[in-house]
Amino acid sequence: MNPVTFLTQMIRIAIPYLFAASGGVVAERAGIVSLTLEGFMLSGAFGAVLGANYSGSPWVGVLTGILGGLIFSLIHAVATIRYRADQVVVGVAINLLAIGVTRFFLKLFFDSSSNSPRVTGFGGNIKAAGFDNPLLWLGLLVAPVMAFVIYRTPFGLRVRAAGEHPDAAESVGVSVKRVRYAAVALSGMLAGLGGVYLALDQHQFTDQMTAGRGFIAISAVIFGRWDPIRAALACLLFAAAETLQIQLQGSHAIASQFIEMIPYALTIVALAGVVGRAVPPAALGKVED
Amino acid sequence: MSQAAIRMAGIEKSFGAIMANRGASLEVMPGEIHALVGENGAGKSTLMRILGGLMKPDAGRVEVNGRDVTGWSTNDAIAAGIGIVHQHFMLVPTLSVAENLVLGCEPKTRGVVLDYQRAADDVRKLSSETGLVIAPERLVSDLSVGEAQRVEILKVLFRGAKILVLDEPTAVLSPPEVRELWAVLRRLRDNGDTIVLITHRLDEVVQLSDTITVMRAGQTVSRIKTSETTPAEIARLMVGREVSLSAGKRVQPIARPSDVRPDQGLDVRNLGITGSHGVRVVDGVSFKVQPGEILGIAGVEGNGQTELIEALAGLRAVASGEILIDGIDITRKPVAVRHDAGLSHIPEDRHRRGLILEYTVADNLILGLQKYFAKRGVIDGDRVLKSAVEEISAFDIRPANPVLPARALSGGNQQKVVVAREMGRSFSVLLASQPTRGVDVGAIEFIHQQLLDARAKGKAILLVSAELNEVLALSDRIAVMYRGKFAVVMPAAEASEEVLGEYMIGTKKGNAA
Amino acid sequence: MSAPSVAESTKPAFAAAPWRERAEEALIPPLVALLVALICGDLLILSYGQSPAAVYRMLLEGTWGNAYGFGQVLYKATTLAFTGLAVSFGLRAGLFNIGAESQLAAGGFAAALTGLALPVGTPLILALPLCIIAAGAAGGVVGSVPAYLKTRFGAHEVIVTIMLNFIVLALLNWFIAGHLHVPETLHTPEIHAGVLPRLADMSSRFHGSAANLSLVVAVLAAGAVWFYLFRSRGGYDLRAVGLQPPAAEYGGINVGRVWLRALTLSGMIAGIGGINYVLGYKHYYEDGFASGAGFMGIAVALVGRNHPIGVLVAAFFFATLSQGGLAIHAFVPKQMMDVLQGVVILAVAVSVPEVRRILRGARRRSDA
Repeated sequence: MNPVTFLTQMIRIAIPYLFAASGGVVAERAGIVSLTLEGFMLSGAFGAVLGANYSGSPWVGVLTGILGGLIFSLIHAVATIRYRADQVVVGVAINLLAIGVTRFFLKLFFDSSSNSPRVTGFGGNIKAAGFDNPLLWLGLLVAPVMAFVIYRTPFGLRVRAAGEHPDAAESVGVSVKRVRYAAVALSGMLAGLGGVYLALDQHQFTDQMTAGRGFIAISAVIFGRWDPIRAALACLLFAAAETLQIQLQGSHAIASQFIEMIPYALTIVALAGVVGRAVPPAALGKVED
Repeated sequence: MSQAAIRMAGIEKSFGAIMANRGASLEVMPGEIHALVGENGAGKSTLMRILGGLMKPDAGRVEVNGRDVTGWSTNDAIAAGIGIVHQHFMLVPTLSVAENLVLGCEPKTRGVVLDYQRAADDVRKLSSETGLVIAPERLVSDLSVGEAQRVEILKVLFRGAKILVLDEPTAVLSPPEVRELWAVLRRLRDNGDTIVLITHRLDEVVQLSDTITVMRAGQTVSRIKTSETTPAEIARLMVGREVSLSAGKRVQPIARPSDVRPDQGLDVRNLGITGSHGVRVVDGVSFKVQPGEILGIAGVEGNGQTELIEALAGLRAVASGEILIDGIDITRKPVAVRHDAGLSHIPEDRHRRGLILEYTVADNLILGLQKYFAKRGVIDGDRVLKSAVEEISAFDIRPANPVLPARALSGGNQQKVVVAREMGRSFSVLLASQPTRGVDVGAIEFIHQQLLDARAKGKAILLVSAELNEVLALSDRIAVMYRGKFAVVMPAAEASEEVLGEYMIGTKKGNAA
Repeated sequence: MSAPSVAESTKPAFAAAPWRERAEEALIPPLVALLVALICGDLLILSYGQSPAAVYRMLLEGTWGNAYGFGQVLYKATTLAFTGLAVSFGLRAGLFNIGAESQLAAGGFAAALTGLALPVGTPLILALPLCIIAAGAAGGVVGSVPAYLKTRFGAHEVIVTIMLNFIVLALLNWFIAGHLHVPETLHTPEIHAGVLPRLADMSSRFHGSAANLSLVVAVLAAGAVWFYLFRSRGGYDLRAVGLQPPAAEYGGINVGRVWLRALTLSGMIAGIGGINYVLGYKHYYEDGFASGAGFMGIAVALVGRNHPIGVLVAAFFFATLSQGGLAIHAFVPKQMMDVLQGVVILAVAVSVPEVRRILRGARRRSDA
């Protein structure tokens, strides 16, 4: 196993997680449960293919993909913030809705139940091993940028306040609702970007192509204790396990299914506090009256 | 004649069916410390929240420095110089002092980046100006209660507050911290700031304030200059109550049953309970309640009574000491075991603890008694209903419909459900905490009679009430709880409002262990 | 402001019968959701240039209108009934069991193993209970993990059950792919015992559909859940914990033990649901047979307002949508049903708190 190929493959696998997890961190830090990353990613992937297909340009696909994620995140935001519906239930609904809507439009626009036509993506030079894809570099930058936003900007301060003690924030005139809308919208756009990368990398959209990546992203958020850099490291860890599984395929050293389980098992371990307590933001998921 | 800093008139505010303010008024002159006093539920906090822009009044007028500001927002209030220091701190525990201070008005470099250096400098500058010293980098969760309060005050001063409202600021402070706060408030007043102080502490009112406003049941009942009144009168205004049919009544001594074993009743030994912030909320309390007697605990709320009852009931952990019922040690036993040992509990918060609001009256009447109505795991619905009908009629619960959800009943009837249940089971020790709070006059009489009947039947009853008249009317012996300790225990015959009042506000210390 | 003031004690009591209020709060959200679904359905159908009336007629004909369709609806509703009961049971205790998917799969797996282990010719009267017990035990074991982690470590059951879904499904896949599968497939060999007869075998009315006697087990399970929740002492305690944990604690109920029981039983119910596919339809366990029924169980529980009867009705409704999608496929792609399912859940999720707020606000104003 060549360490360079391992590393490059690991990074390419990690990019969708990095995008989605960064989005999940900001939304959850603001107090909104983000089980919806899967749905945002899927809609971002579809949006990207739609845009790229009709325009011929991957950059248009990026824009439409971000829009796709944004639309679903706004539905999530309105349902949970304006209507104060249960955030977990809405999360499940958004994910199912994303699957349904993408399937519906897949049939409507591309007359297929399984996949879209091929679209142009970025890069493509085999020797560059994926590093000629601007989205890849964006993905590597998104976690440090998110860390900066959360810890070094006024918006980030308000996000942290909204997720820990919304009453305190309201008492000094900060609109917790507005902060949360912004955070959820941001999570939708970032997770959507994760889907964009995925779809353009595979040059098409296939039904349910995110295949649980959104849940790995939320696992990374929890395992990384809601810190952008730690979550990013968790993404890399999970991606490493996945790369290992791919490269070990055929060697039967450890069954692939067990490697598949690693992110999920680690998250449970984090929640149980075996390796240091993973304490969520205090106001996460709470409905104000 | 200078104009009032704050004038509020005819303020009305309702939350659903509860009217928190009904025509309340307040007039505060600039540069004074103004005490706003009244019992729990009198409407003081609501009035201040309206002033601070956290909510809008349903009716009435609010003027600040002569300007009509009725219905303004928090941001308007802050901009006009009003700063509210809340009783339950509005500080984000995971953020630093400086971050909490600048939240909402963050200093920026180049428009996007938070200028932490500037924030820290601003905090230090304000600290030295006001004498409220605190290091800007410290995490709020690491601060002591006194330090956290300092940050709360700095927070409002940081935003240019000239009118400060403090809600029960010394409730959680230790004596030296209290003295320090008083010095700060005096300094601010001398500097020209106006201060409204919501407080229970009579010594605070007497020693700090220039003017006093008393509220009761959503209305303002009195406004007096501190220098023109006496502590006794203030105490009476604060803790007294309108015509109570039990006023002046005392219990008739009854013959103690002769076959009582010495270990019967409730025996509490050196109980210690630690609250949040690591403060000792109950500190070495010991007492006995004999069968056939009512021990009443008087005292302003917040002195440890709630925690004491919770610990006795099994709803709060005990740090040290023992609790025995009829000689059986139940200190660390779960609630169900305490029930079996003969303990009954009328909780002070019927909406949270005493009743399951969505359950029917009948189902509520068997809460804690399920096993007596179930056979092989199945609940006998007919027996539950029959028993409910009997209790509803015996306690005159209205409407007399056992299948109504509990939330459909009025407060008084809800309390009667709780009382019917807790006194209908077999028990030897009863904890009655604020048993007639929010209950109409007729039901109060009824509940009082129930307590006296139980006493006559040889039950040991521990009564906790913020209503001094109730305690005086029902108890054989009265204890006053102050700051987690029993300040005094005396026979009811020797007690009166005046005598007890001095122990309640801490100006007199007594003989209790 | 937490202490009730004097005013509260003189407020007159409600005149309305209690059942009406409860019924209003319970039934309005699903009806709102239905309305929203119909409107959405109309829009989607129109976007395909079809007439909604014609499509809805076709849907009804293809589902309730013909023997095969109706049988398929019953078949799908059976699995959804089990997962819906499981999720609603947990919700009654205030706990969110998102793990029904893996509990269902684990149960089906255990049923298949039992069916394979029992000798050929074992009478159904012996085989069926054994298979059901095995299925329930497997589901219960999976359900007990989040229960234990919650009571011991305070770990939130939502995340744990989601994670556990992946883990358990991967584990089951490993069992099948590695050891137990018939070559070229991802399913076990056919079971020897415990085969449930299809309704079609008993009456020509269900002609060829997969509906089987598991349906009866599902209805019995609903009855059992109803009895437990509303007639037993355990159910009294469980609902109390779900409604008002501080009051339950005050009443001497051991909240941790109730949580443990609730999630384990919830897992058990979902596990038993596995018999529909394994014993009643294919007679083997197949990797991925659950195909989302566990998550749809959440929708069923929600629309059914967490009541066993509501769950049965909601399961029937969602099964109709699913089967209906196939029936109208010539006119509108069945993917439309996927969209409608998501819309329905969203609509119910939003309308439950909103309806409650509106109704309670209106009641308060009329009494003041």
